[in-house]
Amino acid sequence: MIVVAPAGKGGMLLEMEGITKQFPGVLANDRVDFDVRSGEVHTLLGENGAGKSTLMKVLYGLYPADAGEIRLRGEPAAIGSPSDAIEHGIGMIHQHFMLVPTLTVAENVALGLPTGSRVRQDLRPVRKRIRELSDAYGLQMDPEAYIWQLAVGERQRVEIMKAIYRDVSLLILDEPTSVLTPSEVDDLFVTLRRMTDDGRGLVFISHKLREVMSLSDRITVLRGGRVTGRTVPDETSREDLAHMMVGREVRLAPSRIEVETGEVRLSMSGLNVAGDRGAPAVIDLDLAVRGGEIVGIAGVSGNGQRELAEALAGLRPVESGKAAMGGADTTDMTPKEIRRLGVSYIPEERMRDGAIGDFSVAENLILVDYDSPPMSRRGFLDFKEIEEGCSDLVERFTVKTPSLDTPTSHLSGGNIQKLIIARELSSDPAVLIASQPTRGVDIGAAEYIHSVLMERRAQGTAILLISEDLDEVIGLSDRIAVMFEGRIMGVLDKEEATVGHLGLLMAGVADDAA
Amino acid sequence: MSDFFTVSVLLATVAAGIRLAAPFLLAALGETLGQRSGVLNLGVEGVMLLGAYGAYYATLRTDSVLLGILVGLAVGAFMGVVYGVVTLALKAEQGISGIGVFIFGLGLSDLLFQRQVGTPTPIDGLRDWEVPLLGGLPWIGEVLFHQNVLVYAAFLLVPVLWYLIYRTPFGMNVRAVGETPEAADSLGVSVNGTRYLTILIGNSMAGLAGAALALELGIFQQNLTNGHGFIAIALVYFGAWRPAGVMAGSLVFGLVSATVLQWKTLGIVAGTTASIVGMFPAVLTILVLVIVSRRTGAPSALTRPFERGR
Amino acid sequence: MPSLNRGRFLARLSGPGVLVGAVLAAAVIGAVMLLALDANPLAGYGALVAGAFGGGKNLADSALKAMPLLLVGVGITIAFRAGVINIGGEGQIIAGAILSTLFVLGFPDIPRFLLIPLAILVGAVGGAFWGGMAGALKAYAGVNEILSTIMLNLVAVQILNLLLRGPLMDPGEIERGSRIPHTERLSGNADLPILPGGTRLHLGVVIAVLMAVACYYLLFRTTQGLRLRAVGHNPHASRYAGMSVERSVVLAFMYSGAMCGIAGVTLVFGSLGHRLATDGGATTFTGAAGFNGIVAALFGGLHPLWTIPASFLFGSLLVGANAMQRAVQVPAALILALNGLVVVFVVASMQARARLSAAAALLRAEEGLSSDPAAPAGETESVREAPP
Repeated sequence: MIVVAPAGKGGMLLEMEGITKQFPGVLANDRVDFDVRSGEVHTLLGENGAGKSTLMKVLYGLYPADAGEIRLRGEPAAIGSPSDAIEHGIGMIHQHFMLVPTLTVAENVALGLPTGSRVRQDLRPVRKRIRELSDAYGLQMDPEAYIWQLAVGERQRVEIMKAIYRDVSLLILDEPTSVLTPSEVDDLFVTLRRMTDDGRGLVFISHKLREVMSLSDRITVLRGGRVTGRTVPDETSREDLAHMMVGREVRLAPSRIEVETGEVRLSMSGLNVAGDRGAPAVIDLDLAVRGGEIVGIAGVSGNGQRELAEALAGLRPVESGKAAMGGADTTDMTPKEIRRLGVSYIPEERMRDGAIGDFSVAENLILVDYDSPPMSRRGFLDFKEIEEGCSDLVERFTVKTPSLDTPTSHLSGGNIQKLIIARELSSDPAVLIASQPTRGVDIGAAEYIHSVLMERRAQGTAILLISEDLDEVIGLSDRIAVMFEGRIMGVLDKEEATVGHLGLLMAGVADDAA
Repeated sequence: MSDFFTVSVLLATVAAGIRLAAPFLLAALGETLGQRSGVLNLGVEGVMLLGAYGAYYATLRTDSVLLGILVGLAVGAFMGVVYGVVTLALKAEQGISGIGVFIFGLGLSDLLFQRQVGTPTPIDGLRDWEVPLLGGLPWIGEVLFHQNVLVYAAFLLVPVLWYLIYRTPFGMNVRAVGETPEAADSLGVSVNGTRYLTILIGNSMAGLAGAALALELGIFQQNLTNGHGFIAIALVYFGAWRPAGVMAGSLVFGLVSATVLQWKTLGIVAGTTASIVGMFPAVLTILVLVIVSRRTGAPSALTRPFERGR
Repeated sequence: MPSLNRGRFLARLSGPGVLVGAVLAAAVIGAVMLLALDANPLAGYGALVAGAFGGGKNLADSALKAMPLLLVGVGITIAFRAGVINIGGEGQIIAGAILSTLFVLGFPDIPRFLLIPLAILVGAVGGAFWGGMAGALKAYAGVNEILSTIMLNLVAVQILNLLLRGPLMDPGEIERGSRIPHTERLSGNADLPILPGGTRLHLGVVIAVLMAVACYYLLFRTTQGLRLRAVGHNPHASRYAGMSVERSVVLAFMYSGAMCGIAGVTLVFGSLGHRLATDGGATTFTGAAGFNGIVAALFGGLHPLWTIPASFLFGSLLVGANAMQRAVQVPAALILALNGLVVVFVVASMQARARLSAAAALLRAEEGLSSDPAAPAGETESVREAPP
């Protein structure tokens, strides 16, 4: 049925030796050695910016390496473009889906493959083969569906289908689980195991320690572009792995103190919000957050969290229901009016919604309060006050920047996030709406951001924490609401929240049905 | 006004409308293909002017309309190569570089005309060709099958382009590259290669559109196109990036232009009213843009240069 | 930490080098074109330079030619900085000219010291209105502003021709039957005063420079300017910060249009005939300033102050082109063609420059932060400094 790679199980598929890749100012890969045998899952573990993605992009022909050698099945291979990689039987599933939403599943699978005729695209054999492979690997899909019609989990299956269809012998998976529910992750792992049983080799890139421990045969840890550890799951622990990733002891859960909760500062009742295409995105949502309380919203992205945050910020109209903050009805207020009530935001997409890349650090720091004293008087900016105020913020929130004039896009992700947090918290907000506050930042910055959030909680701010990182939600929240398809499936107290229980709710299984 | 509503005048107006639609249609179809692959070309007007002058001058010197058409095409193709290098290799901002191409075309066509021709000299332009049998049909024959060869070509290109975009491997690449170039690249499709080709074809069609205009009118003058190229871009939005929709829009503009001309000829409008009527195409374009502005379906990667690994 | 503005100023200084390259490239292509047209490039360019810079009179002519380019260029700069592209300079010039002409025709007897500022104000309002339409169409109906401004240009030209062939035509022309499409000589109280020094230079040149300085302050020193630029760079983040993107877009277009409208005023009341005229075709009386101003703005690096020398350079090119036309019989349209090329080259080099400077800045940032290139973010240290 499936004929794969001549190398038998256990044979060496890939050897990368001494790979070095320099970017302006950053040594992304420093003499990295890495190999994959047929039939195994070899995990690349490391923080953001550790060099895992760079290494794999070199392997896939997206970047040329400055030095080093790649051998496939013992033969030196020159991989200068994705086409070369594909020809060598290498496939890659990128962190962001590489699918064309306006094409069908079959068209996406056929894209780039040689066809019988140049003047006529015949997709019938493609659809037939997809159906065969679906059955063999348990990957259910309709070849004629358009990608934009599919849910996230289904899109993931199409990505895997593309790889299997091309009969890759080596598949790279870059953070494939970041958008999946826990049960979808289990399904994915079953499929991946079937692929290794066929003798394929897999490279699994992740920073989620739990998943790494359960899936990997071997683990290589990168930090700052260098290999800092090689191990197997049986001989290590999550704490050891974290230590290798960060280079020091890490507290995986932030410390918390008891805080007296105050009055309700943020409330939503019967809230309905429409999505971009007009379909309901938030449905009959009721939730209240008190001062000194962190309420987490768990759930896989795309279940209405973004629309909820935008509606609360006044950026998206509320169809029906009511939102109230700081005692005022904010349902129909403009973003500016809502902010004046003492509401701050940490938006989900920081470079899109949180900061202006081309603006200097100082300009971004005053982006919200530029039009009131002391930053400006009678419409004119006061540069002396701005410099003083911003220097103070940069110091207090430990934003690492060469100067206040540096364009913000030149800072690291973690530092940009700190900059946003510095701006949003400088005004002592009564309400804070934080979406994915630590997504894509390194462990050090994440730890710091968590400590700042806990500090705000102790000072009486009402915090709504929207995150798909279950460990984060469980670690920080006093109560956890799970969102699925626009509705709240249940609200759990901190004590009753377990990954298993939350996972069921995230998949849409209501408590009474479970 | 009663002069206008006679069968013969109405038929002549519709026939003229179809003829006047051809330059819009050729330019807009070319732009559609380019935009489908993610490249916005705002220089259509400039390319049309150069194509128009090239076709006019070649015909003036050789008396060969065929050569004029070929020169129009070649000028467009050359500008396509230039625009491709600028936007794909140098990754220049597409909106402004298109305006640069427009200004360049406006200046160069005028420069060459003044230097090489000087005084407006009419040429023997395109002649109507009656399609055998079909041309003899009552009414329909007169309207549809007594046209010049570029009109037939423009309307035949509608199904051809539809087939190219939706039914060929190249068309699938074009759609993929215009929507999600990273995905196409990751599967070994050449993003810029595909775009070079669509720009080449699109600009050639713009050059041809200019040729159609000049050879139809039989003259050239400074700024001959007077907004045709920009209206063609608006028609791509109007047609929602589909050849058939673009055709419908072109027909609307052709018919409006023909009606305005007919009214002037018949003396229904004159003087001040003629000036007001002369604003129709521009105002209509703005109205069209307002109506279709909420239209979704623009290629997602439109105007975004492709850079591997980002 | 360095001061806020010095770094930015230095960054601007590093720009022009690449830009000069773009003009040189266009000049080389221009030379090839001259050769192709059987003209001697050296003689042509010689005549051009002499015509543009040779003597006080020519310099003054260049400055006069630069005046509308500067006003339009500054207007274009504001729009660009706010994230919208204004190709409607031509139409906005015409709108400003028409409205101020109507005003002066209606109130010819207002004393000079009042009439001139009022005419400028009314012209600015006219341009702001014409530009504001494109802004409103963009902000509230999502209409592509490049297409809408081009169409509004066509409409403005039609309105101008209609007015000058109809109600605004000089009664003298009608009497004589010559029917040249222009207005009567406008009130002498609205003539822009000639500057001392014996040249044709008039107040309009001073106004243009003052406007450039004012726009610099607007963009970089005021809260409104910050808002315009914020929306221009990233509308999403601006919205989150509580700014109204729609209002900013309309406002940018109104400022932009106002500058072009003032250009129209200076062209009418600083003209030799002191009247509003048209050639009956598409170019009317503007001399394509609405398009050439784009070139000046781009060449000025989209910075109001750098647009002053850039406009002067392109103004002199236009003056020199006429001298060249006389010397080697190559139509001055050559300059328009070359300007198109300059736009393309400048835009292409901008991209390359942005990438270069981003790389350089990154390098500097790293050097300033840590000596260990492998730990670029330096996060771990910062955590220890953090409050518990």
